[in-house]
Amino acid sequence: MATNPMKIRASTKDGVTEVKALISHEMETGQRKDAAGAVVPAWFITELTAKHNDRLVLAAEFGTAVSKNPYLAFKFKGGAVGDKITVMWKDNKGETRTDEAKIA
Amino acid sequence: MNNQRRNVLKSGSGAALLSVLAAAGIIRPGMAFADWNKAAFEAKSMADTLKALGAGSPAESKDVQVTGPDIAENGAVVPVGVSSTLPNVTMVAILIEKNPNALAASFTLPEGTLANVQTRVKMGQTSNVYALVKSDGKFFMATKEIKVTLGGCGG
Repeated sequence: MATNPMKIRASTKDGVTEVKALISHEMETGQRKDAAGAVVPAWFITELTAKHNDRLVLAAEFGTAVSKNPYLAFKFKGGAVGDKITVMWKDNKGETRTDEAKIA
Repeated sequence: MNNQRRNVLKSGSGAALLSVLAAAGIIRPGMAFADWNKAAFEAKSMADTLKALGAGSPAESKDVQVTGPDIAENGAVVPVGVSSTLPNVTMVAILIEKNPNALAASFTLPEGTLANVQTRVKMGQTSNVYALVKSDGKFFMATKEIKVTLGGCGG
């Protein structure tokens, strides 16, 4: 299944860069049942990494308790306007997606 | 002609060097992921989760803050944030005591990343939310009770 792009915003102020990412993903827990009573299989993001240029700034592991279309915000020291922020995730089906944004 | 030969040799050895580096694991295709901690995410109770994370029994700390609403109307989307003023924070985790699996998310923070993360989680019912923080190799935590009026687990 095709995945939708993430929305990534990054802004820097006083030497600290704040990154906000909105990821498009179902985040199915595997505990829900459909109308026929069959369990909907789990489908969720397990790992996520964020890089500033080529430096790792965040590595996250998600469980099924993270909301559908996950939102994530974090801050790191450094970063300048125009620098590249790359966010990549991987789900439990092995699907991955990478998106980039520039610090504004 | 000699020049051409030089160039061929150069590019040949360059490619060989790349493959050697790749084989040694220095250059990996794409981005490297940490291994997903299956034991921690599948642990049912708080105690089991802490054990799987290697946290033992963390001390309560006033320098760790859990932010979130007092009452969440919709348990499917509860904004939760963790921040800490402790030094050298390398790991942050969000745990929800009464969810089927306590661990919601964990974050590894390399040097330079601030101990300040926000996300949104699902909560099945009113529960204590724990923020677990690893600072200087020791674990600390803080708690906040979030009341849920409508559960987020398909109820």
